[in-house]
Amino acid sequence: MPIIVWQLAFFVGPVLFMVAMSFFLVKNYRMTEAFEFVNWAKMFSKGYFWSSYWHTVWIATISTLCAMCLAFPAAFALAFKASENTRRWAIFFLIIPFFTSYLVRTFSWFVILSESGVVNAILGTVGLGPYTMLNTHIGTLVGYMTLTLPLVVILQTVTMANIDRTLIEAARNLGCKPLAVIWRVILPLSKAGFIIAAVFCFILSFGDFVAPFYLGGSQEPTLPILILDTTKSGQQWPRAAVIAVVMMATLFTLAFTAIAIAYRKRSTS
Amino acid sequence: MKKDGLLNVVLGGYVVLVFLFIFAPIFFSIVFSFNSQRFPTIPLGEFSTEWYVKILDDPDILEAALNSLIVSFSTAILATLLGFCTAYSDFRYNFRFKGPYLALILLPPTIPLIIMALAMLAWFSKIGISGQLWSIVFAHSVLTAPFAMAIIRLRLNQMDPDLESAAWNLGGTEWATMRHVIFPFCKPAIISAMCLTAAVSFDEFAVSWFVSGLNKTIPVVILEIVQGNIDPQVNAIGTFVFLISITLVVLAQVFFIGRQHKKSSS
Repeated sequence: MPIIVWQLAFFVGPVLFMVAMSFFLVKNYRMTEAFEFVNWAKMFSKGYFWSSYWHTVWIATISTLCAMCLAFPAAFALAFKASENTRRWAIFFLIIPFFTSYLVRTFSWFVILSESGVVNAILGTVGLGPYTMLNTHIGTLVGYMTLTLPLVVILQTVTMANIDRTLIEAARNLGCKPLAVIWRVILPLSKAGFIIAAVFCFILSFGDFVAPFYLGGSQEPTLPILILDTTKSGQQWPRAAVIAVVMMATLFTLAFTAIAIAYRKRSTS
Repeated sequence: MKKDGLLNVVLGGYVVLVFLFIFAPIFFSIVFSFNSQRFPTIPLGEFSTEWYVKILDDPDILEAALNSLIVSFSTAILATLLGFCTAYSDFRYNFRFKGPYLALILLPPTIPLIIMALAMLAWFSKIGISGQLWSIVFAHSVLTAPFAMAIIRLRLNQMDPDLESAAWNLGGTEWATMRHVIFPFCKPAIISAMCLTAAVSFDEFAVSWFVSGLNKTIPVVILEIVQGNIDPQVNAIGTFVFLISITLVVLAQVFFIGRQHKKSSS
């Protein structure tokens, strides 16, 4: 099958080579093939690597929580309150930005959020601000939300729209309060879909360099920015590869655990 | 019931807010692209098209635009071909290692682009094809094929599996069946997949930036202009980019949904 060859050549090949590269040596600014743990030892002994690692995990977690919480009321409304037609149109319009130049959208936020930008101008008319939002975590989070929110709303909406309505009505008829319906019926039933949404959100935030770089000011570099710096300035590709491998290991562990949890809960309930 | 009404209004308002948040950057980028002031603020300056004139005069940007078009068009064809073959083999055959086989195709989008970018860069310079437009196309074909595969696979799901056997029984060869039965059936999905993969490829910046070398595409040019300063040219370029990718994504959806509607109504 030529497809397998193609994928091996341009997907597996690069990834494996990158893993191998993390063991290469850099001598006189040139990469030489070898099998040494020098890069790993170097990176792991660096304080900035670990602080950046935890910072990235932390901010991606916050981003995931924000996206999940911000998306929920909207997805809830679209899934249960809106007509089928409205829902279809809403998803239609949510898919558009997801596939539309994230880079330009981020730059646009840069302009909107700046000290003399639109948001501060509007706040100014009611006598607030100006606030500094760029180069702070707020900036980074706005960027992450730009990236992840459409996807999370879509996934949550689709998940909840697929819940069997009779179960909700049954709970209602049995005297369950609306909030309890959400907590005890809707959320457990949509667990798998929600976990997948959260995992995607985490992966996207974890691996994005644009938002923390342009909106967050990168004073605390995240791992993707670290990769960028290490690769673009000088020939330290092997070290960048170490960071990349660590990132992939983190994401795979997370994804597998999450999926395991998602499906275990489903089978017992 | 009255309480429910209020709740509905609040929820509806919230949905509108979420959509405003999501579409604000697109909207303002277009607005500011026609703004005469160098630094985009409110109140707006005068209406002007100077940024458009500027980018249309810039040979670098025009060249990048051409590169982008070539890359996304080639990627669309390659990725859709890959996606179609995988979707069809998944639909039609059962074999050992099908799981790993599908994973091989579907995994790339779950790996952060920056990692793929680094991996591709290292690999391509190792095997000696880095720094060319084709290297971007190869990389993008792997990254976007899963989207094509998903769309075409969904379409194949709607096909009656007996249709194929019927064609064979009536004496159609495998090729003829493919050409006259399966391909026409999947056509809307194939067009939709091409539009979508073209849109993704057109907007992708991380891999393009790492791999492209001197052959920059539009997102790479934007990335370089944006570094450090505010330049309203980006809004003008962005407006074009939005226009193209939104058109592609809308087309993709229209082809896909449109056909489904016809089917359910007939």
